Amino acid sequence: MIPAQFDYVAPTTVEEALAALRQYGDDAKLLAGGQSLLPVLRMRLNAPEWIIDLGRIDSLRGVREDGDAIVIGAMTPHSVVGSDPLVAQHAALVTKAVAELADAQIRHRGTFGGALAHADPAGDLGGPVRALDAEFVIAGANGTRTVSADDFFVDLFETAISEDEILTEVRIPKHTGWGAHHEKMVRVAHQWPICAVAATARVEGGTIADIGIGLANMGNTPLRAGGVEEALRGQPATEDSVRAACARAAEGTSPPSDLNGSADYRNHVVQVMCRRAVMGALEGAGA
Amino acid sequence: MTRINLTVDGMKVSDDVEPRMLLVQYLREKLGKTGTVIGCDTSNCGACTVHLDGQSVKSCNVLAVQADGSAVTTIEGLAGKDGTLHPVQEAFRECHGLQCGFCTPGMIMQSVDLLNNNPHPSEQEIREGLEGNLCRCTGYHNIVRAVQYASGHLAAAATPTGAAEEVTPA
Repeated sequence: MIPAQFDYVAPTTVEEALAALRQYGDDAKLLAGGQSLLPVLRMRLNAPEWIIDLGRIDSLRGVREDGDAIVIGAMTPHSVVGSDPLVAQHAALVTKAVAELADAQIRHRGTFGGALAHADPAGDLGGPVRALDAEFVIAGANGTRTVSADDFFVDLFETAISEDEILTEVRIPKHTGWGAHHEKMVRVAHQWPICAVAATARVEGGTIADIGIGLANMGNTPLRAGGVEEALRGQPATEDSVRAACARAAEGTSPPSDLNGSADYRNHVVQVMCRRAVMGALEGAGA
Repeated sequence: MTRINLTVDGMKVSDDVEPRMLLVQYLREKLGKTGTVIGCDTSNCGACTVHLDGQSVKSCNVLAVQADGSAVTTIEGLAGKDGTLHPVQEAFRECHGLQCGFCTPGMIMQSVDLLNNNPHPSEQEIREGLEGNLCRCTGYHNIVRAVQYASGHLAAAATPTGAAEEVTPA
């Protein structure tokens, strides 16, 4: 199938794109890398009258260092993020998650900001950005505003980005020296996870000094395993303490039941995967 | 209609297209490049894989207007002008890396991309590098061998000493 008819505009600056959004409003859809949107258009699940293509806005691409943060432009392709040395050094959890995201062709086209703005609860990046306390920079008519990862994800496919706004960049506080591990369970290769756990940890003298854990496909938004984090901070970096703490991985979750697994199954398997993810992160942190 | 200018298999082309036209449709229906095939219509199978500015993409998941100003290489542009097969094409023939052949254009284009990024992939890396390409005949074994064969021969071509590991056709 092919998409329904639409009109197309490809602005070259964020200001032009915002003006186009104001002009076409509800009838418009922003196109980032298109790896989720184009299938949606082809299957006629959505039929916007206007497509505003952000692909010609050079300022939205690239990875840079800014003080204590790594800044990823919203239109940076996954393959660029996944091979970026700054990201690998300061946000290793992102590198690991991107390596398992979809397949090579999709990673060449799909973008970091596009995937996050799409806010698929089974997306690969929501868990990592929550675990890493990322911030989202959103541009609108009155300039930019910054939203925390905790506030960015509102509901199923819904974020804090308003109809007349555009996500421009994601700022990730440097987690230099933190270990990281992404544990993803899929039915077949290159698909969305049945459940995924993203963990990153800092170890000092055999003790878990700090830890962040994000969950995918365990509710309407990416979640944070706050109970496990709380139980592990200040604890010895041992399998016993991790095993005990990960019994809390399903606290506050509301996973879907579908052909790939029931909610009960997911609430069980998330504990197992959480233990593996945390153990992997601790190992990476030198524990 | 939107005007697009791009280079396809080394040839400059210019057309007015509907914005909704997919790149794969443009290649097949406007340019007659039917070597690039449509397998699944859901962006899963990778049969329509082409290179856009040197990187593999699923051409059913790119609008033709998004390719404006870019260079596209399809399976039809991979061989030399004199018909000399690309080493990866040669390897698929030598190792019989196909059964029905429908997935082959996409498999070859993705294998070229894989070897561009990683000239000496392990078997596991080949399997993971081709995870976006489905072979309905499940003929993966010889496809993996073909990529190993191509890896050895590309390396042998690059290094005159021919230090690369040799894979012989099954």
